[in-house]
Amino acid sequence: MSSQPLQASNMEQLLEGIWKQNPVFVMALGMCPALAVTVSAFNALGMGLATTFVLICSCTLISMLRRFIPREVRIATYIVIIATFVTLVDYIIQAVSLALYEALGAFIQLIVVNCIILGRAEAHAAKNPPFSAMVNALGMGIGFTIGLFALGSVREILGAGKLFGISLFGDQFQPWVVMVLPPGGFFVLGLWLLFFAWLAKRKEAQHGA
Amino acid sequence: MEHETLGQIFIITVLSSNFVLAMFLGLCPFLGVSGKLETAVPMGIATSFVMLVASLCSYALNQLLTHFDLEFLRLIAYIAVIASAVQLVEMVMKKFSPALFRALGIFLPLITTNCAVLGVALFQTARDYDLAQSVAFSLGGGVGFSLALILMAGVRERLNLSNLPSVMHGTALSLMLAGLLSLAFMGFGGIGVAR
Repeated sequence: MSSQPLQASNMEQLLEGIWKQNPVFVMALGMCPALAVTVSAFNALGMGLATTFVLICSCTLISMLRRFIPREVRIATYIVIIATFVTLVDYIIQAVSLALYEALGAFIQLIVVNCIILGRAEAHAAKNPPFSAMVNALGMGIGFTIGLFALGSVREILGAGKLFGISLFGDQFQPWVVMVLPPGGFFVLGLWLLFFAWLAKRKEAQHGA
Repeated sequence: MEHETLGQIFIITVLSSNFVLAMFLGLCPFLGVSGKLETAVPMGIATSFVMLVASLCSYALNQLLTHFDLEFLRLIAYIAVIASAVQLVEMVMKKFSPALFRALGIFLPLITTNCAVLGVALFQTARDYDLAQSVAFSLGGGVGFSLALILMAGVRERLNLSNLPSVMHGTALSLMLAGLLSLAFMGFGGIGVAR
């Protein structure tokens, strides 16, 4: 996906995932978990961290094994590796925070089919040495977490008048219940994308002038 | 009583908790393929078929894994089953309709990573559905997915003709549309639950 992955320094690669190629806002990947679990900032952070963990572990392992995986069955191999780490995360979350586990439900296991992870494995980890793959995965993971957090906090503030469960506006605030319901997820993400598209356009116009 | 419950599962999964618009499953193909009506329809049918196969296989697999006390392998086993089902659909489609095969392109193998398909398998396990209920659930899921895809494609085809600010083009607009559709589907909320 990136234009010159070989020349770019590690720092640049890290920043690329966080900002230039942000998986949620720029590439619009991994939408399903992004919308489904972001009813509160806490859930969003949990989901983001879980995905980041899976992303880093599986990209590093895939990159280490890249010379041994036959091309014909590479996708199946990636999926099995990813599924292994997701099972791990599933059990870890269940052990550490049962509340989070119940809030996220089947969506933890659905990390397997998150397009970001398979996309990174295919586009970057399969062609680069382990350290570079790890840095790239870390950047993407942070970018994804930031994206989820931006969605989750806006939805929680508007939909419940709270952030991390702390009430922000006092008793007079009428929550926009629609924001924590499914349509709100689409609207908030749509508005964020619109904002980023506008930023990109403005920058383009400045460069042109 | 039994039949009523199956019907309820079906109706609820199609309308009030539609896979795409209420549970956010399968958004990637929903946003990717819904540009044109003539690709949306076959995509919906292919996905529904994979869902049904995946649901039946994963039901059998779950029985097997539970019997041998190997639940931790569930996720890996499900994914393998789904990948094979997709391969099957791909081969059938390539044989009988090469034009369609080319039109769907990359989105056909991507059914493997469609969360709606894995979602069917995982949710039916989580909710302890028996065989008949699983079938009703997966059929409902497939019909619901196709319905959402076709509705969206219809709206987007009309929108291509309208004059919009250029910032709005692309995913942002699709998401807004999906939000409006989702609002409309919330209106089905009471159906099938009452009684």
